[in-house]
Amino acid sequence: MRDHGFPSPGRPSSAASALGIATTGLATALILVLLAVILGTVVLQGWPALSWRFVSTVPRRDFFDPQSAAVLPMIIGTTTRILLMTVFVMPVGVITAVYLSEYARADSPYTHAVRVAIGNLAGVPSIVFGLFGLGFFINFLGRNLDRLAGTSGPHWGQPSLLWASLTLAVMTLPVVIVATEEALRATPTGLREASLALGATKLETILCIVLPQALPGILTGGILAVSRAAGEVAPILFTGAAYYMASLPQKPTDQFMDLGYHTYILATQSPNIERTRPILFATVLVLLALTFSLNAVAILVRARLRRTGRDIA
Amino acid sequence: MSPQPHQDPAPPVPADPPHAEVIRTRDLTLHYGAVRALNGITLGIPRHRVTSFIGPSGCGKSSLLRCFNRMNDLIDNVRIAGHCEVEGEDVLGRDVDVIGLRKRVGMVFQRSNPFPRSIHENIAYALRIHGIRDRAAVEETVERSLRAAALWDEVKDRLDESALRLSGGQQQRLCIARAIAIRPQILLMDEPASALDPTATTRIEELILELRRDYTIVIVTHNMQQATRISDFTAFFYLGELVEFGTSAQVFTHPAHRQTEDYVTGRFG
Ligand SMILES: Nc1ncnc2c1ncn2[C@@H]1O[C@H](COP(=O)(O)OP(=O)(O)OP(=O)(O)O)[C@@H](O)[C@H]1O
Ligand SMILES: [Mg+2]
Repeated sequence: MRDHGFPSPGRPSSAASALGIATTGLATALILVLLAVILGTVVLQGWPALSWRFVSTVPRRDFFDPQSAAVLPMIIGTTTRILLMTVFVMPVGVITAVYLSEYARADSPYTHAVRVAIGNLAGVPSIVFGLFGLGFFINFLGRNLDRLAGTSGPHWGQPSLLWASLTLAVMTLPVVIVATEEALRATPTGLREASLALGATKLETILCIVLPQALPGILTGGILAVSRAAGEVAPILFTGAAYYMASLPQKPTDQFMDLGYHTYILATQSPNIERTRPILFATVLVLLALTFSLNAVAILVRARLRRTGRDIA
Repeated sequence: MSPQPHQDPAPPVPADPPHAEVIRTRDLTLHYGAVRALNGITLGIPRHRVTSFIGPSGCGKSSLLRCFNRMNDLIDNVRIAGHCEVEGEDVLGRDVDVIGLRKRVGMVFQRSNPFPRSIHENIAYALRIHGIRDRAAVEETVERSLRAAALWDEVKDRLDESALRLSGGQQQRLCIARAIAIRPQILLMDEPASALDPTATTRIEELILELRRDYTIVIVTHNMQQATRISDFTAFFYLGELVEFGTSAQVFTHPAHRQTEDYVTGRFG
């Protein structure tokens, strides 16, 4: 029998497929609505409290009071910890990925163990990273550095930008490794062979041919890492974020104020919730804007790289 | 020198002393895991001649070619037994200078694989990895190689453009230019024209006949006419064995084996 397009037994009827389309469509619409509601609430409630003064000054007196609230130190703190984290996580993640996918024997138990570890690391709750940072970086590394340096009072052995950024770097390491490995694997064999057949060493081939080819994919890893780290509060709670600081952080061993943590403080510690609400949403708005713009920069760089890779020299 | 447009087998081969073999294999056997791809190949490739490898798909032509410059190193669980010498030096041993070997034995692949960089950079990279950075020397070599690959006139005004903007045939000629930029003695070509249209193929064939003066060329091809047109010698492989090796005239007009005859006349089943 030719198929005339009529519903027949054993095939989904058009009613069933309409139902399928409706369900999936509804689910998609729901997500869009949720996103719109979240963004809408934040923008609507936060916008009135947003001002140039709010984002460009240091809060002088009460930061729960709309008159004196400001978030410049938090913007600086969050930006700095993200950038510092990127500086730590990218080289380590990329080098690890290169080792795993280019040098390590795929069938060795060691490689297998490393891969399992990376997988597990990705599944650890972020508060655990915070505790790890406190225990390892501050109490172990920091205190021992202080002992070695012989300073009186803790210098390294206390929460700081440095330790918070390192904690975040550990947390985002799996993302960077996985993205980089994927990008390395996607590099055409023909390109490697071309380079090796010319008499290039394996290292030359990786550095000059494979890594440049994989750069957009590696940047994707960076973007994911930044996105994940930007809004995280738990890992920096014990490792660097401060409730209040009168001055901006001057060096990596200083503590810092953070947009995410500050949001939490505004939401839970305010003596007058109603009065604080607009600045709470304004702070969230700033955090979202910061995350988006950091991502936008990375995405633009990647797009540019892709274009250059394809077309120009 | 321009190629004869028809079946006259490649220009006459001057009688050369028999010692002029650049590549020599003896009882070369190659396994991929448990699969035997080459079985006891004994063969000598004459200097400054074009030698064709022909045979049905999967008979081991590429595998043999990749022994000559150790490209099989890239593949896991390859086992090679027997002897293979280039210029009288063993190339299969553990402590062979593979980099040096690949500098002497260039390779052009079936699928053209220019780097996604500028035309200029494709060649400059090859020079740089062998320590040639001097600007004048690089410029000089870029031009010389592109001229030798019959590509110069087409690209001389756009050396800084991406190599990926070239046509397929131009890309393949760029790969040839890149391979000869480091002045190898031997050029291995694995079906260099299989993905090209007839015009581009003709360009590549002309080029091979040009290069023949300075290089020893080994070319894998599925195109019998091509093998007749450009090669002085032809080796016919079947199921990992070397069935017949001789001058192309002999292999194509008076093959000694039944299998060869069937294959070159297209009666192969
Ligand atoms: N990387 C590999 N791993 C396992 N087996 C392989 C590999 N490469 C080739 N082989 C096998 O070795 C045999 C010879 O392959 P080879 O590529 O040398 O043939 P070929 O003569 O070049 O064929 P073609 O004309 O199709 O290119 C084939 O049976 C093939 O399946
Ligand atoms: Mg082949």
